[in-house]
Amino acid sequence: MSGSESHLSVNDDRSVSRREPGGGLAVALWATLRRDLTLLMRRRSEVLNPLVFFALVITLFPIGISPDPQLLATIAPGLLWVAALLAALLSLDSLFRGDYDDGSLEQLLLTPQSLPMLVMAKVAVHWLLTGLPLALMAPVLGIMLSLPAGSYLILALSLALGTASLSLIGAIGAALTVGLSRGGVLLSLLVLPLYIPVLIFGAGAVQAAILGDGAMAHLAILGALLALALMLAPWAIAASLRISING
Amino acid sequence: MWAFINKLRSPKWFYAISARLQPVFWVAAAVLLLVGSVWGLAFAPADYQQGNSFRIIYVHVPAAFLAQSIFVSMAVAGLVYMVWKIKIADMAAAMMAPLGAAMTFVSLFSGAVWGVPTWGTWWMWDARLTSMLILLFLYLGVIALRGAFTSRDSASRAASVLAMVGVINIPIIKYSVDWWYTLHQPATFTITGRAAMPMEMWAPLLIMVLGFYSFFIALTLMRTRSEILRRESNKRWVRELIGEER
Amino acid sequence: MSLSLQARKLACERDDRWLFEDLDLDIQAGEIVRIEGPNGSGKTTLLKILSGQLADYQGELFWNGIPMRDARQAFLESLLYLGHAPGVKGALTPLENLTWYQALAGERDNEAARLAALESVGLVGFEDVPAGQLSAGQQRRVALARLELTPRPLWVLDEPFTAIDRDGVAALEERLIVHARAGGCVLVTTHHELRNTDKLRRVHLGRGGQPHVGF
Repeated sequence: MSGSESHLSVNDDRSVSRREPGGGLAVALWATLRRDLTLLMRRRSEVLNPLVFFALVITLFPIGISPDPQLLATIAPGLLWVAALLAALLSLDSLFRGDYDDGSLEQLLLTPQSLPMLVMAKVAVHWLLTGLPLALMAPVLGIMLSLPAGSYLILALSLALGTASLSLIGAIGAALTVGLSRGGVLLSLLVLPLYIPVLIFGAGAVQAAILGDGAMAHLAILGALLALALMLAPWAIAASLRISING
Repeated sequence: MWAFINKLRSPKWFYAISARLQPVFWVAAAVLLLVGSVWGLAFAPADYQQGNSFRIIYVHVPAAFLAQSIFVSMAVAGLVYMVWKIKIADMAAAMMAPLGAAMTFVSLFSGAVWGVPTWGTWWMWDARLTSMLILLFLYLGVIALRGAFTSRDSASRAASVLAMVGVINIPIIKYSVDWWYTLHQPATFTITGRAAMPMEMWAPLLIMVLGFYSFFIALTLMRTRSEILRRESNKRWVRELIGEER
Repeated sequence: MSLSLQARKLACERDDRWLFEDLDLDIQAGEIVRIEGPNGSGKTTLLKILSGQLADYQGELFWNGIPMRDARQAFLESLLYLGHAPGVKGALTPLENLTWYQALAGERDNEAARLAALESVGLVGFEDVPAGQLSAGQQRRVALARLELTPRPLWVLDEPFTAIDRDGVAALEERLIVHARAGGCVLVTTHHELRNTDKLRRVHLGRGGQPHVGF
């Protein structure tokens, strides 16, 4: 700590020239995205665990039910969707937990930038490293469950769209429980009922693709759900974080 | 309107006014429930298809109505609490939640009992029953979240946010479950799904619904009053009140 | 430069217990205000209210004479808050930690400024070591580097001396005085006894009782 000279502040032109025009929201968003991505890439197991969990749960079903390909094919859309949903839920608890524990969350809440927007950056990282990989992996597991041909693309698409909504809705629950020492199980209780519409239309899309009904209507509804979640969830997440920080 | 909201800020005022309102609703509840159940169980005609077993409708439907209304009232109370910081609203919301969960359970249970003569099984993944089951989980989530916080102020806020998130989701859930149900079981008979019901059948039903609502209001007033005493037990007016009742 | 933070009839009730009532505060540029009081007297809560984190209080706050709810944006742009927890990510290096804070403050990416800030807190040579491998005191220094990195007139510091060695404490104390002399303003809680200077003012919070404001 030298402290020999002061770098203060408002009349100091250095600070003025360093300021980003327009309040720097874009800068803050980009930095938050990069920071969270870096953090997760340094702890890869946190990224891999949901994927392994997904594969493992899918392995349990043929063992628990029957290896009969015909039977598996009829229930595959639902199984894949339920397992992916649970896998996405698994990593949700850590979404804000680390930031809460080390005090970064307080700092995030005190920036002059819009909190709902910054929170969106964190949720986007969660989707990029959880939802998207799950969606990409699902077709492989679909083969193992003898999912009928022609529905693989729809499976990946519906999961990619649907898990984005799941991340947004789940983040509300994560924000509400982040201040609680044992929030994990409670988080599932809060969030799973809210996941049901996404599950219905997600699994429905794959089902429709198999039946040749055209899955576009389902995907459109999934898109509508995502649009609604994008509009409302960031505010709910921000409000919940402000509550939790005072827990 | 503003004067009313400002009055609601005072637990003392609410305590006094609810003392006068409470008996009205208790009496209304007793009369309506008595009339409704006697009329519904003894005098309403039997259903041509289901016989006498349809009479469980007089419990099932009012409970289901109430279960949904209580969730909405809980969310509205949460909103009032968050916007105007009116503690009474939060106390009422906290007292409503277990009642709503109980009503949801009653409607599920009566639905299951009704299922035996109608479907020959205790449980069918009927659209209404499924929505009710999800509603029960939503209630349990709100109750559990409120219980998980050590600070009551945080608990109240968190429960309010969750109730509001839930109430936005309820129509979406209901719509998607209905859609899911028609997709999977297009031609199954739903127990309360028929539009045409003769007057002699639905008049007692209406009375029962009103009776359930009165019962709910009376019970919520009563529970909120005791919650006021509990939370305000260190305030002077409560100490004076307890003192004079002794 | 003038700045002022005023509280009028500030009161905070947490779970039906009054932490403080009728608190009037007038904090001006060039002051170091130390909030004192026993454990549980609401020091951290007061700092959280004064730094705009808690909206759950009665009374009024004014920033430069403007009610806080209208001045929130300007206030947050003038504020640097360091809480109990340092807010430093163990998996990131000190330099990366500061990159995020620089961006959150709405400033351009500037590595020279970050290196200078780390140098000022004596962390030369540790720039690229994951912060998790640093000692608690060094992590606290990473957080304190933000005082140099993102110059803000109002500092709200909750126990900033925690885990810092003796030399670091002396330097930080000196830094606070320099900041106040330059027209800045410091609000601080600490168990460390601060040197008396003409800049220092104490606000005492009693347990549940009336606050005693003065020297």
